[in-house]
Amino acid sequence: MTGRSARPKATMNETIPQLSSYDETSLDAAFATLGAEVRDETSTPHDAEAFRLRWLGRKQGRLKLVSDAWLKSAPAEARKPLGMRFNQLKQQIEAALAGATATPLASAKKAGIDITLPGAVRASGIQHPLLKTMNEIVAVFHHLGYSTALGPQVESDFYNFEALNFPPNHPARDTQDTLVVAGQQSRPSRDRLLMRTHTSPVQIRTMVAQAAPVRIVVPGKVHRNDAADATHSPVFHQVEGLCVDTNITFSDLKGTLDHAMKALFGSGVKTRFFPSFFPFTEPSADVQISCIFCAGKGCRKCKQSGWIELLGCGMVDPAVFASVDQQREAQGLPRAYGTAKISGFAFGMGVERIAMIQHGISDIGHFYSGDMRFLEQFA
Amino acid sequence: MNILSNWLRTYVPGIAVDDLQLAEDLTLRGIAVEGVHDLGSDTEGKPNGHLFEMDITTNRVDAMNHYGIAREAATIYNLPLVPFDTALPAAQSVAQPFSVEIADDAKNVCGRFTARVLRGVTIAPSNGLVAEYFALLGLKAISNAVDASNFVLQGMGHPTHAFDLDKIDGGILVRLARKGEKLRLLDGTERTLEADDLVIADHSKALSLAGVMGGWDSMITPETKNILVEAAWFDPASIRRSSRRHGLHTDASHRYERGADFNACPVANARVSKLILQSGGTPEGELIDRIVPAIAARTADRSPIALSIHQVQRHLGTTLDDQPKQSALTAEIVRQYLTALGCELTAHANSADATFAVKLPSWRLDLEREIDLIEEVARVYGYNRFANTLPTALPVMAHPLAAAEAAVRTRLLALGYSEAISSSFASEADGATFRAVCPTASGAIALENPLSDEARLLRPSLAPGMLAMLAHNLNRDVREARLFEQGSVFTGSQELVVESHSLSLGLAGEMAATSLHSAKDVAIFELKGVVESLLSLFAASPETLGRSAAAGLTFSNDAPAWLEAGRSATALLGGVPIACFGELAATQREARKLRQPVYLAEMDLDALYRLPLRRATAREISRFQAVERDFSFTFADAVEWRCIAEAIHALGIAELTRLAPVEIFRDAKAGSAGSYALLLRCVFQSNLRTLREDELNDWSARLIAALTALGGSIRR
Ligand SMILES: [Zn+2]
Repeated sequence: MTGRSARPKATMNETIPQLSSYDETSLDAAFATLGAEVRDETSTPHDAEAFRLRWLGRKQGRLKLVSDAWLKSAPAEARKPLGMRFNQLKQQIEAALAGATATPLASAKKAGIDITLPGAVRASGIQHPLLKTMNEIVAVFHHLGYSTALGPQVESDFYNFEALNFPPNHPARDTQDTLVVAGQQSRPSRDRLLMRTHTSPVQIRTMVAQAAPVRIVVPGKVHRNDAADATHSPVFHQVEGLCVDTNITFSDLKGTLDHAMKALFGSGVKTRFFPSFFPFTEPSADVQISCIFCAGKGCRKCKQSGWIELLGCGMVDPAVFASVDQQREAQGLPRAYGTAKISGFAFGMGVERIAMIQHGISDIGHFYSGDMRFLEQFA
Repeated sequence: MNILSNWLRTYVPGIAVDDLQLAEDLTLRGIAVEGVHDLGSDTEGKPNGHLFEMDITTNRVDAMNHYGIAREAATIYNLPLVPFDTALPAAQSVAQPFSVEIADDAKNVCGRFTARVLRGVTIAPSNGLVAEYFALLGLKAISNAVDASNFVLQGMGHPTHAFDLDKIDGGILVRLARKGEKLRLLDGTERTLEADDLVIADHSKALSLAGVMGGWDSMITPETKNILVEAAWFDPASIRRSSRRHGLHTDASHRYERGADFNACPVANARVSKLILQSGGTPEGELIDRIVPAIAARTADRSPIALSIHQVQRHLGTTLDDQPKQSALTAEIVRQYLTALGCELTAHANSADATFAVKLPSWRLDLEREIDLIEEVARVYGYNRFANTLPTALPVMAHPLAAAEAAVRTRLLALGYSEAISSSFASEADGATFRAVCPTASGAIALENPLSDEARLLRPSLAPGMLAMLAHNLNRDVREARLFEQGSVFTGSQELVVESHSLSLGLAGEMAATSLHSAKDVAIFELKGVVESLLSLFAASPETLGRSAAAGLTFSNDAPAWLEAGRSATALLGGVPIACFGELAATQREARKLRQPVYLAEMDLDALYRLPLRRATAREISRFQAVERDFSFTFADAVEWRCIAEAIHALGIAELTRLAPVEIFRDAKAGSAGSYALLLRCVFQSNLRTLREDELNDWSARLIAALTALGGSIRR
């Protein structure tokens, strides 16, 4: 591959300009012409090597030819001013050459690769967007001083319902809502096995095993007897939290979740709390965050309300503490959750919903399909 | 349930805010208004107000009507609530009052029964407010007597029923049904009753299914002249049972199931009677009111509960309106809120323990404990008027498995495997075929109420789920997939379900041959590599934290039947299976109509996580040059790499730092079937000195001799 000089090749051997006189004015004019020649050749894309050879070539370089010709016939007193001017011209040429190497316009082409082809890399695996979101939520609570606790997916009625203050005939206990392990009818109600419908049983398991203070965050898979559609799945994931100590207050619950939502969705996010009802908390609340898409102005995603409902929470119901202490006594442990001093709060959120909001995912089914076309978007 | 703002405002005159603000204020207090619809104006241009679509939580049956929500508004705005007008025209006296009895066997389920006789009524279309409100609510008007009952239900939430008095034989007897007893209901169906269905009967037959639906034979018709109005209190569990059994979810059963207001019976009865009498007729005798004291004692006449202002402040914490050392939630505020909600507060006798003794309203059976009252205070005050405070943080304890799980996950992601989540369930057929690597227990766990036939079992293995995900991709022309799933698998019995941690790997795609593996086999060896890589994250034992557990792996050609025999293997650690991997069995592939081979692995993560994480021990990097020597041999196929490696290691050359097969070449054409050519690379190095040519030659000679003894022939 050869570069192209801006000037025709014929100039290579063009005649040496004649110098009419050796006075200062004639010298200045003659060197100005040579300087303009150099500038001309380097002002447009050019082959730097050809340019170097043409001017600085050891035998046939133009600089040598011109200086040989002019010095040969120069009077002694003109040699010094001539020499100074040739040095200046040489510096100009070298500076032009240094500039050319800094812009490797043609050099990559010379190396013979098409750098515009796609980069090659061993593809790494992709974190599941749902589990990534779940891990992010858990990390937020780790930073707030919560430790991870886990529990089984097959639970007893006691841990999933009874200890959490669900009355015996609560609709959630119906097989229409809960997947039940076969062959449980003959067992005492509290021992019947089912697929946990929430991560809340881990609250009970933790408090039975450990006296207050408690700060746990519980990520996990839960199941309900729900028909699958775009926003429902019989399998889904929750992150639960529990904070129990002396004199934990409702304003602590508010502050904690407000802080966590800002950590997850950005410091500009606002939270709003509504009274709600859960058997295992009192007071209970639903929490909304200001819409992260329209900053609360109202858009399609928040149904023009400016708010998105995100989680449920509340102060731990005294009945839950009573169940825990009962169970602790049954296991030979001292009571540790007397409500005269101990109080606490719990909260739970659906991870699918949060990940769907974060990533604009319209169908919950994508999470469980293993579809590479879906996962690759999160690489 | 829908509410008319105009109707609601008749109960709380003076609400200063507009309907939208009213809806918002109610919602923020837990009386959720889901939708607000402008109803326009009537023919005279008077605004019809708004229709509120309500979403009332199941514990607040008292707020599932206009008056209940009006009470909330009165509480929020600190306004008086208008009492009901229950005055009726003067009654005709009667010598013998109408007979109403609650049978002994029904006294634990019917707590109160009020009845009033109306004579000489006129059955006509509804008019006035009833017609107006029904039209706005989109309710169907039937006749004044029927509509009166529905109007009172919408207004104050208490179900009532009107009987044609002349169809009643003798008098009313509230009793349990006789098993097999027949009753034709208002919907025209004939029901066969059970012995625990509660019925309103006369002296010869059942008239209605109590709290659920009236009967056909005693219903109001245009010919009806005399009416018996019923307003009663029934036990929630009893009504729920009958409602479920007969598949009848009615407005009445919905209320009774959630706990009706014991004291509302006479009021509702009067309201219905008053509406019917507007079209003519007179009441006869006084209201007949039968009360079961035991039920009154646990509904209307509950003992007062203690409430401490200290507990209110202790549970609720800091508010935005707090003054220094003074909570905004004062005893005065608490008294104001709870009184407005219908509680009666008196100073508690023992002021050291509690501030108030609180008598609870008959319509709020959800209020039972001090904490319930604290919730009411928080709710009315407004959740968003509390400050955001943070409790003290505790040190975070790492979960025992967290580091191991993260190491495995990070490694798999780095190896190019993407994370996936599959179904927790399996079909019975898959349950019989697929098993966890080293199942703790053998039985499969079936569900009582599976979601579908394909989901009868809790998955005993992650492999079927992984296979389904690979098939999902292949069926959509996604030909390359590398997936992993970490999840629970379930075995055991119906009494004891064992939940184990498992890992599955799935691999599908065109792969290029390497110098060691043919294109056909390379996926199997990739899975082997992944298994080894995961094991290398862990140490062989707590005593040897620097020693990779992968060094202790052995491989057997035995594998579960769902993998293709001869193209699969089991990895064992200390002789116990820890993983199996290979190509999916052809039978399974055909059953799933997959056109290309897929490769699966499953690993017992519980076994893996029992190992400690490896803590690498660095060794000195030699200052002396390493020497590489290649050897080219031909071996019979029966000579496995393991034998070759063992033979060389048996030479005990300490300076042999690396031994690896570099290339395997099989050329069936060249008359060399049953044998293969192997290029072997040995690296020799010492930490102490430069190796001499003579010792290198000696080692090479010993190595060649050992491999020749194995049956190999060196290629020149
Ligand atoms: Zn929005």
